[in-house]
Amino acid sequence: MTLVDPTPARASALHQALIDPDLAIASIGLSMRFRSGQLAVDDVGLAVPPGSVYGFLGPNGSGKTTTIRMLLGLVHPTSGDFRLLGTDARVGLDHVLPRVGALVEGPAFYPFLSGRQNLARCDAADRTADVATAAARIDRALDQVGLLAAADKRYRAYSLGMKQRLAVAAGLLRQRDLMILDEPTNGLDPQGTREIRSLIKQIAADGTTVFVSSHLLAEVEQICSHVGVMSTGRLVFQGTLAEMRGRGEPRILIRTTEPDLAAKQLGRIGLADIVVDERSVTAELGEHGADVINAELVRADIPVFGLETVRPSLEDMFVELTGEGFNVNG
Amino acid sequence: MSTASLDSSAGAQRPADDVLVINSARTPASEFRHWLRLFISELRIVYRRPRNMAMLAVLAAAPIFLGIVLKFNTPGPGAGPPNGAGEFIGQVAENGVFLSLLAMFVLMTLVLPLSVAVVSGDSIAGEAGLGTLRTLLTVPAGRVRLLLTKYLMIVVFCFSACLIVAGVGLLMGSILFPIGPVTLLSGETVPLIDGLYRLLMIVVYVSLGLSALGAIGIALSTFTQHAIGVMAAILVVVVASEILDAVSQVAVIHPYLPTHFWLTFDALLRTPITWMDVWHGLASFAVYIVIFGALALARIRRANVTC
Repeated sequence: MTLVDPTPARASALHQALIDPDLAIASIGLSMRFRSGQLAVDDVGLAVPPGSVYGFLGPNGSGKTTTIRMLLGLVHPTSGDFRLLGTDARVGLDHVLPRVGALVEGPAFYPFLSGRQNLARCDAADRTADVATAAARIDRALDQVGLLAAADKRYRAYSLGMKQRLAVAAGLLRQRDLMILDEPTNGLDPQGTREIRSLIKQIAADGTTVFVSSHLLAEVEQICSHVGVMSTGRLVFQGTLAEMRGRGEPRILIRTTEPDLAAKQLGRIGLADIVVDERSVTAELGEHGADVINAELVRADIPVFGLETVRPSLEDMFVELTGEGFNVNG
Repeated sequence: MSTASLDSSAGAQRPADDVLVINSARTPASEFRHWLRLFISELRIVYRRPRNMAMLAVLAAAPIFLGIVLKFNTPGPGAGPPNGAGEFIGQVAENGVFLSLLAMFVLMTLVLPLSVAVVSGDSIAGEAGLGTLRTLLTVPAGRVRLLLTKYLMIVVFCFSACLIVAGVGLLMGSILFPIGPVTLLSGETVPLIDGLYRLLMIVVYVSLGLSALGAIGIALSTFTQHAIGVMAAILVVVVASEILDAVSQVAVIHPYLPTHFWLTFDALLRTPITWMDVWHGLASFAVYIVIFGALALARIRRANVTC
């Protein structure tokens, strides 16, 4: 807990009206400035459709966790508004949070209690949970994440993967309309990552909207229907996965033993952004036809071993949106 | 987990949904039932914790140790100095009830406040440090509801700690020394049952004094995620207050010190009971509880939970 005091600067009623109440998560102008002056989240407008699996992507430190903390009422926005499952945050989240399962910034449980006792503790704090079915619900949640056999082991003795799964189990203690999972695969080995991914698929198949954050695109790419990309506090892209895929400019890739000559030829044709490699050349395709380019190359006696048009991978676009990072290309 | 077990759980039929459906009806009775569940869970967390169990064991061992020492090294009546623990020390050999009083008197200087410092300092800061505070708040446990539940847990802990000291003291006193009509500090002798009743009043009085310290503790606990720092701060408050209370040059501030009235329970061992001293003490405790309780409430409602 830091000593940040919330400033009750809230957007106008007009803003509020603009937020679609049918969305699972909707926000407008959501911002958070730390007391240090750093703007951790800057004017984020989320639109998470119900029933979607929304991948909330961005490098570490891009404001994903702070956004999630705001959505769950842990920190108070400096400005902006949001609705969670249609409920206005200014009205209070206490009535809607029971419908939301959450894992924030890694699992947090009591090391001296067993997995089962930890879930019982979570359930006991829920003022709307059915007391009579608690034991059955806890066992079912443990079963769903495959922890039933280790239920009576102390949390301290759990592996990282088991800890993450216990945190997901806490979200599964009751029927949820929305699951918010912050970096559920953080620190897991490929096997653990697959387990979590399969769990998320299973949760989504039950009709629960899943909002899952990650700094690794590849981890969530296979399960998401929608993506939002954060970069230095701002939401730089939001849309369906297909929309993100369609966003990249197609390029032409030519495999050849004479890449320099090929590059020259491509330049003559008028292609932009030509990149020469040892045994290939790529360039932005633009309005040119691949067949025409092929013919031009052959006419110039350049040996063409392969030619294809490629769309940039999601990974490339993710990097393009969020910045290269530290000297990736050397 | 093997892939096989994942597959089996993925293939499992979703269980009957009626079990999982949220019961949205909230009546005062159901609110209370759910609150009681949280409160019991809170008590479990505190009393099952190995560290706290060890602390309570130390509290129980202290009267045993004192009793054995006094059994083999019995001071005569009136052996101690005429105030403080000395008032009781000479009486123990004559009446075991006084072992209970002596133990409380001795432990009130540091050990009992220390145990309260540990539990109250840990209350919010400990959860914040473990990260379980964010888990509880997203359930949602309710910020104010959680704080009030935790404070009540601290009060229960204060009572249980005092009862353990007094109870073990009484038990050891009755084993090692004769038990009978109690000679009060003012010289009269009252029946044993009357003496035990006064002992119980003292337990309540001292527990409330510790609860006031607990209010300071929980308030400080809402400011940080480092429980150990809060515990140290509470102990600094206790020691500083006790030192200032012993300096006659600052007598003017003595009545406002948090520890000033802790040991004035000897008023309950006189006839007639000097109720004015007792009421002063209780009023002092109440003021501390109100001020620091309000601070804690204001703080927990506004705090950004970033850990």
